[in-house]
Amino acid sequence: MKLTQVSVFLENKKGRLFEVCSLLGKNKINIRALSVAESEEFGVLRLVVNKPQEAVRILKKRSFVASLTDIVAVEVEDKPGGLASILKIFDKSNINVEYMYGFVEKFSDKAILVFRFDDPDKAIGILTRNKVNIVGKKDVLSL
Amino acid sequence: MIWNERMECMDPEDLLGIQSERLEDIVQYVYDNCPSYRKKLDAHGVNPAAIKDIKDIEKLPFTNKDDMRQNYPFGLFSRPLKEITEIHVSSGTTGNPTVVGYTQEDIKLWSEVMARAFACAGALPGDMIQIAYGYGLFTGGLGSHYGALEMGLTIIPASSGQTKRQLKLMNDFKPRILACTPSYCLYMAEEAREMGMDPKKSSWEIGVFGAEPWSESMRKEIEATWNLLATDIYGLSEIIGPGVAQECVHKKGLHIFWDLFYPEVINSKTGKPVKEGEYGELTITTLTKRGMPLLRYRTRDIVAINYDKCRCGRTSPRITKIKGRTDDMIIVRGINVFPSQIEHVLLGIEGTKPHYQLVVDRKAGELDELEVLVEVEEKIFSDEIKQLRILEEKITREIESVLGIFVKVKLVEPKSIARSEGKAKRVVDKRVL
Repeated sequence: MKLTQVSVFLENKKGRLFEVCSLLGKNKINIRALSVAESEEFGVLRLVVNKPQEAVRILKKRSFVASLTDIVAVEVEDKPGGLASILKIFDKSNINVEYMYGFVEKFSDKAILVFRFDDPDKAIGILTRNKVNIVGKKDVLSL
Repeated sequence: MIWNERMECMDPEDLLGIQSERLEDIVQYVYDNCPSYRKKLDAHGVNPAAIKDIKDIEKLPFTNKDDMRQNYPFGLFSRPLKEITEIHVSSGTTGNPTVVGYTQEDIKLWSEVMARAFACAGALPGDMIQIAYGYGLFTGGLGSHYGALEMGLTIIPASSGQTKRQLKLMNDFKPRILACTPSYCLYMAEEAREMGMDPKKSSWEIGVFGAEPWSESMRKEIEATWNLLATDIYGLSEIIGPGVAQECVHKKGLHIFWDLFYPEVINSKTGKPVKEGEYGELTITTLTKRGMPLLRYRTRDIVAINYDKCRCGRTSPRITKIKGRTDDMIIVRGINVFPSQIEHVLLGIEGTKPHYQLVVDRKAGELDELEVLVEVEEKIFSDEIKQLRILEEKITREIESVLGIFVKVKLVEPKSIARSEGKAKRVVDKRVL
């Protein structure tokens, strides 16, 4: 139920994000979700793509530092308080969210959010128990 | 004034005899008193009895930084530790620092050469001097202090830093002489202006600036800014500290006190002397030191030497300002920095040896800044910004604790540091000296 995210180190320099995206595009890798975290001088690009292993291989060949990270994508009610209801579950269960971001697309009337937990397996257990719908690999590919 | 007129103005022909005698003595002395040197001379097939004339110096083996490292901490001392009265330490190429030891006689020698240096710059007994070199393990502060004591100057032992207080002391006490690094002198000007002071109206008339390389254009800037005479002093802790050579008021090269520190300029690859006036590596033999005498010590500083008599009356040869280094050492805020020290730290942190580069820069009127670029490798990469920042801070702290100066660490992408023939360039010096 875990998804694999591609994480890429980028310096805050003009054109770097474009380079990564066009490199992946040329190799027919489709970006499903994306977020950029940044500090003053560098950033980490986080991507959910259809072929993560392939994406890392291509990026490394071009001297990028890229790695794979386990993430969990969940469906959230697309209405006021939707996100809060999920976060409340984490809060109660003492689960720490390292970071999160959203999918642009939907495959139902619900929004999809990506979470990075320090302990993803524990989080999945708790989400399942609370009957939260976790998005699987197949669902992402079908988007 | 000339502090030691007899020695400083002696006819070089006459001095030759004294230098020859001193060389003969010192070679026998280290052979008898320092097991490391005895081994070195034996290995080189040198019988001390065969050293009779200063020209025989070329028969002696060189001493270099590696000898210092291998003999850490006290292996090059020629006196037992209980006869050593003072120890100074400067940074070495890797883990171990460079250690030097002085006997009481050596401290007298140091006082003498520093008094010669201050007099050479134009100081007179009774003048007040503000010593803004750091006091402590660094030789700059205490060396200047001893010379000033010897000369009978009124000393303000301000040490380095606390700029506002330095300026207040200058303003209130009116010292005539300032001793500090040239970049600190310029930095103080900025601070003075901020405090509403006019640097041109300072009491300083003479500056004795050293411990880092600087240029003629920097001299012009300092002189115009502070309205003083800016002179260059040269030294290194292995030889004695400051006081090896000093410019006179004519500012046409630094008089090297060659009755005590015998200079040779050699081709650093072949070890043979270069032609007179050509640039090469300065090599110095301490002719009279007792605690830690060194034979043909390779300073790694590149200079040319001029044997013409100077208008000031001193007969000693003059070395040019330091043109460069034979290794990749850089001096940042008076502190020796070797790339290998940074490598050591990085290796210790993550067990990897990422590519790195030191970038030194100096913005107008500011102190040197050292930036360390570190290429991010898979092993140290994390998808969390927090982890990367922690890593950055850890590298920063450890480098600072090794070097003792502030650095800025910057994580960069792989292969972003320029390489030539597969080797990354370790040092980029952007300073306009």
